[in-house]
Amino acid sequence: MEYFLDLFLGGLTRGSIYALIALGYTMVYGIIELINFAHGEIYMIGAFIALIVASVLTMYGLNMISILLIASIVAVIYAAAYGLTIEKIAYKPLRKAPRLSPLISAIGMSILLQNYVGIAQTKDFIPFPNLIPEFAFLAPYKDTIRSSEFMILITTAIVMVFLTLLIKFTKIGKAMRATAQDKQMAMLVGIDINRVISFTFVLGSSTAAIGGVLIASHIGQINFYIGFIAGIKAFTAAVLGGIGSIPGAVLGSLVLGWTESFATGYISSDYEDVFAFSLLVLILIFKPEGLLGKSTTQKV
Amino acid sequence: METVVAGIKSSFKNIYTGVWDFINLLIARSLRPEELKRSTLTALWFMFLTFPILVIKVNTVDNVINWYWARVVYLGVTVYFVSFFWRYFLEVKEHGIKAALDADPVDTSIADGLTDNGQMGALSARLMANKKFKTALGISLCAFAVAFPFMFSMYQTNIMTNALMYIVLGLGLNIVVGLAGLLDLGYVAFYAVGAYCYALLNLHFGLGFWAVLPIGAVLGATCGLILGFPVLRLRGDYLAIVTLGFGEIIRLVLQNWNEFSHGPSGIANIPRPGFFGIDLSLKSSIIYMYFIMIGLCLLTIFVVNRLQHSRIGRAWVALREDEIACQAMGIDKTKIKLTAFALGATWAGMVGVVFAAKSTFINPESFTFMESAIILMIVVLGGMGTIVGVIIGAFMVILTPEYLRGIGEYRMLIFGATMVIMMVFRPQGIITSVRQKYKIMKDKT
Repeated sequence: MEYFLDLFLGGLTRGSIYALIALGYTMVYGIIELINFAHGEIYMIGAFIALIVASVLTMYGLNMISILLIASIVAVIYAAAYGLTIEKIAYKPLRKAPRLSPLISAIGMSILLQNYVGIAQTKDFIPFPNLIPEFAFLAPYKDTIRSSEFMILITTAIVMVFLTLLIKFTKIGKAMRATAQDKQMAMLVGIDINRVISFTFVLGSSTAAIGGVLIASHIGQINFYIGFIAGIKAFTAAVLGGIGSIPGAVLGSLVLGWTESFATGYISSDYEDVFAFSLLVLILIFKPEGLLGKSTTQKV
Repeated sequence: METVVAGIKSSFKNIYTGVWDFINLLIARSLRPEELKRSTLTALWFMFLTFPILVIKVNTVDNVINWYWARVVYLGVTVYFVSFFWRYFLEVKEHGIKAALDADPVDTSIADGLTDNGQMGALSARLMANKKFKTALGISLCAFAVAFPFMFSMYQTNIMTNALMYIVLGLGLNIVVGLAGLLDLGYVAFYAVGAYCYALLNLHFGLGFWAVLPIGAVLGATCGLILGFPVLRLRGDYLAIVTLGFGEIIRLVLQNWNEFSHGPSGIANIPRPGFFGIDLSLKSSIIYMYFIMIGLCLLTIFVVNRLQHSRIGRAWVALREDEIACQAMGIDKTKIKLTAFALGATWAGMVGVVFAAKSTFINPESFTFMESAIILMIVVLGGMGTIVGVIIGAFMVILTPEYLRGIGEYRMLIFGATMVIMMVFRPQGIITSVRQKYKIMKDKT
């Protein structure tokens, strides 16, 4: 039972991180129908920037809480800036191109960013300082849940609620929904499509950066390649839940997190990624619209 | 004769003045105040963007920070100049060259030729139409190919063999991506299947290279079918992800299933192909390998060329252009997609066998996603759907890093950037694929 609970919590934490990345995928896909391959790289860049800022601040001797706060904020700002720039360079000129073109451009962007970080920083794993403080009130349950896990769960929940509210009730949220439904119509009613798309990228990139900072301090090491696998898995989660749907992305991420956690716990830890990819293949074959997605018919 | 010389001279002069005018216009455009302002802003933005990652390098072991200020300055200057060209080409793409240069009165035909190689295209088309020139070119290329291993060192021959392997891989992927328009990101899986097929069959049953080559091809095709069946219903981008997942699954299984594939340590001592039972020395076996690859390459070019203009090839192109219309024309979508996957994978299977025989050692590390990305890069760079394009693409992608050693580390960085730039400015690749058209000849009689 103890073991089961461990795996359950592990899966939940994992799923929460996937959710933070999957949200960006799903929002971007919802609006411009593009798999943003470079999204995983944004997450990696977020983690790197947090690491750099945190290390610099540590040397100037700040206390832990302010380091965590400043590093996270800087990481989020930079990730948003990267997201915005990537969209401007690699996707915006291709809005009217055939579907394959932006996809290849996105793959190119992903390779470019990976190697940029790999060359400018390092290609080895580097240790990531544990930025998340130990919470005193969690001390009695230390064996069950670590404070970093607790922090991940809380943050994910907050981000989720925030995003849902933003999309449901604010003006820009409404504009996003309108753009997702029908770009031309949205343009006709006076929505600045370019602004909405940029905003979506900013939003998605920021959540990815939050995920990056959290998982990096949870696991304790990063390298330039972490974004790739995480990105594919988050994409799997987004597809699992039904791409384009925000609650779907969260649900899909949790299902994926648990699948991985239980499969590695009870079957074999060697095939962790194989389980995730097999799940993706199975979902796409049997239920391509995902758990909560709407199936659409292709029209001429 | 004199008139010809004069003609050539005057056309050179025309080109010269044309280019000069073009450069002048380009400079005039760049000196517009709003252009200068935008470039400055772009440069500053990129300097801000790359500041933490480029400038600050933290050594967490010794707790020292190294600051590389020069890097950000280089980057700023580069971005400043690149951004002029970026905007210029973007504008040319959207509104045409005249609008971009704001130069109606001046003759821009030369500039037109420079940017969308209309003249070059016409020239090469005219040359290619000439039968004599074609045979002459063919013969000299063949002679060069035959003489290559004897003219250059073993090292060069090895690299050339490598490039030839990538040509075949590129042509195989070209069937799937370029002709049928199905983005396959797990192509390397079939390559791995071929390589492991030879290694394992040789290890357990002692089968030789020539026996395994067709088996590898068939096994590759079978794997293509196995992958093809479940993904038939998927649209472009989902397909990309599933194939990517498939490729990773194959690699991870090879890496972890020790009893079957010897895991990460791989399989060593794979024999090189024998020459009618004679054991060859290292040098002659490298040359032998080269000629095997030349043969395979010619075979691929021949087959792909025939396929392209066949009923199946036309159906692929129709599928790429519009799936629904293609179905409406009575093409069996399922069958066509499956043939594309199977025929594409066949070549990867064969090259896989060659790869195992050539390197005599394989492990799962040779079959990562990056390998798929490189093959995709070859197809994208050269021009999707063209054979000549893929060949040029393969030479560029494989040979450039070999001969420009300096870019070694930056190879993947440049690939990534090229992929983006190609998609933005020239999605059709270096060589544009030309649709076959029926020409109505005027009857001379």
